[in-house]
Amino acid sequence: MRFELSDDQRAIQGTAREFLAARYPPEEIRRLAFDDERGFTDDQWAAVAELGWPALVVGEDEGGLALGAVELAVLQEQLGYALAPMPLFSTVAAALVIRESGDAQQRARWLGPITEGELRGTISGPPDAGAVVADGDTLAGTLEAVPEAASADVLVVAFGEDGRPMVVDLHGDGVSIERAGALDPTRRLFTVTLDGAHAEPLRGDDPPSHAYDTIAVALAAESVGVAQRTMEMAVEHARDRKQFGQPVGVFQAVSHACAQMLLETEGARSAVLYAAWALDEAPDEAPLAAAMAKSYASDAGWRVPAAALQVLGGIGFTWEHDLHLWLKRGRANAAAWGDARSHRRRVADLLAL
Amino acid sequence: VDLTPSPQEQAFRDQLREWLAANHPGPEPEGDVAGFQFRRDWQGRLHADGWAGVSWPKEYGGRGATLVEQAIYNEELARAQAPSAANVIGLAMGGPTVIAHGTDEQKRRYLEPILSAEEIWCQGFSEPDAGSDLASLKTRAVRDGDEWVVTGQKVWTTLAHHARWCMLVARTDADAPRHKGLTYFLMDMEQDAVQVRPLRQITGEAEFNELFIEEARIPHANIIGGEGNGWAVAITTLMHERATLAFGLQIRVKITLGELLDEARESGATADPVIRDRLAQLYIESEVLRLNALRGLSAIMRTGVPGPEGSLGKWQWADVNQALTELALELRGSRAVLDDDRWTYRFLRARANSIEGGTTEILRNIVAERVLGLPRMR
Repeated sequence: MRFELSDDQRAIQGTAREFLAARYPPEEIRRLAFDDERGFTDDQWAAVAELGWPALVVGEDEGGLALGAVELAVLQEQLGYALAPMPLFSTVAAALVIRESGDAQQRARWLGPITEGELRGTISGPPDAGAVVADGDTLAGTLEAVPEAASADVLVVAFGEDGRPMVVDLHGDGVSIERAGALDPTRRLFTVTLDGAHAEPLRGDDPPSHAYDTIAVALAAESVGVAQRTMEMAVEHARDRKQFGQPVGVFQAVSHACAQMLLETEGARSAVLYAAWALDEAPDEAPLAAAMAKSYASDAGWRVPAAALQVLGGIGFTWEHDLHLWLKRGRANAAAWGDARSHRRRVADLLAL
Repeated sequence: VDLTPSPQEQAFRDQLREWLAANHPGPEPEGDVAGFQFRRDWQGRLHADGWAGVSWPKEYGGRGATLVEQAIYNEELARAQAPSAANVIGLAMGGPTVIAHGTDEQKRRYLEPILSAEEIWCQGFSEPDAGSDLASLKTRAVRDGDEWVVTGQKVWTTLAHHARWCMLVARTDADAPRHKGLTYFLMDMEQDAVQVRPLRQITGEAEFNELFIEEARIPHANIIGGEGNGWAVAITTLMHERATLAFGLQIRVKITLGELLDEARESGATADPVIRDRLAQLYIESEVLRLNALRGLSAIMRTGVPGPEGSLGKWQWADVNQALTELALELRGSRAVLDDDRWTYRFLRARANSIEGGTTEILRNIVAERVLGLPRMR
């Protein structure tokens, strides 16, 4: 038993940390979030594809790296820590479902180009939020809060735990995409209206539930990175900021708030790593582990930034300070793919309560 | 990340499980004296087959178990509902402290009787005026030839009425800075100068004692870790307390929570979505406690020493166990005015969880200062 990252996993972590810190300083994050039309550049996406990140979870048959949920969680934590805007999560989420539930032909058609960085995907979810109706091989209805849809090529429509997911070509007829206001400015959201759009059901043998759990854990991992980063901001401020002639961190009301942040951040990290390991190695434990991870990390992912804002005081409430960007990501993640309460409901279901 | 037990770990678990099935002594008898003798006999049986002090190195009579194996040991004993060993403080804290700081002569003299439960140990740290601020303790030791003469008062000394040896921290140099003037002694409890009085707690029982020490004599040879070095030695004891005891505690939380979940299923309390949500949250927190403890083990195995992170686990354990017993009492509704089941006792006993073994406030200080690197108070 070894509950810590392996050397290879540490290498992924280190590469991601360095790459993201060098390419995405706060001014670049703000430029992409507020001034760039699409929210990322072609050069940036090419660099991400070069690192193999869209290929991370894709199988070897499609030219992917065939890595597991633990490696994905490690990368996602760094993406949350850096808050780098890019359409990677949405693409990986689509890839996970296609990998799980697509047949060989479908996997080759979509996952190959995703691996090369030539195709981007996105997903509507969580699966029980579907507002679209299938009529044969067409779909009609409105999907809210679809991430990065305007820059994606294909959309995976999730239909509830047992429903077969369908894939829509976003460049096809009967598809309209409109930008939606988003709490988190670093992840673009869109309203996608389907009006008789052609949709192809995934035809593989496996249901998508394992992929859905992996998506939830990937988001939870991102929230761990958000919590870690904002805890560091709070600790740095508590060391440097002086009031009453001493650093505010000597006051227990402040230092104990920081200690609480560590408790929640480390707890979320443990829950996420366990769930990711279970997804890879112990599928029987995975549904419960994933629900626990998403629930706990959803709470920590916004509570830690909110507590950090309190430690920062007035400066933390300004637009100028970067903290709010992480607070917004953390709060948005808490709501996406099932909030804490809905995952606790799932925990209760799985415990036969 | 690999949470699968290694073949060696699995073999350890299988071997222990088999041994427990063959040697479990059955339920503990009522009463302090009979109960204690029962646990003493049980420890003797554990020791005879090499199952006492599993974490101790083999050269000192232990099993040299890895941390993961120790975790398995705690899990299996809890799962089998085996009685606890009589000499818990000697096994978890006294022995490891002697192994870390004792002389060869001290190791030869003290370790074996700890393992066999022939000599019970207790811990004389806290005083009426020195709780969280342990370094302010006032019990004084004055050199008199080859002996030290000790006078003072200690409190919260578990097992003192059964103990032969007390790990006693006393002030040997009143002029030195407060952390420097302390020395760590092994005091023989079998002398008239040491009076033990039971300390009755809010549950009505007396798990702890007060010690009144009036010119007790301790040979100079009974100093552990050298004169004036008592603070560092005491910290070793406390770190072992938090690291090893905390792991066993999280297993007990899971067992207690299991009982609460069973009762809630049976009573229909889970029909209330608010209760259901809170039970699920407790389950998640108990799992996070377990997972943090496992991650902590892997970290200690790499670095070799229990770190301040153990403080996080003990703090979180107190939070979870208190929340658990509070909800259990809440589920009794108006029947909670009665004192006729185990949850009443558990609710009351849990109030001490955030005080014993380091208050939650002190643990937060340790986390803030030593893990996060925040500036120290004072």
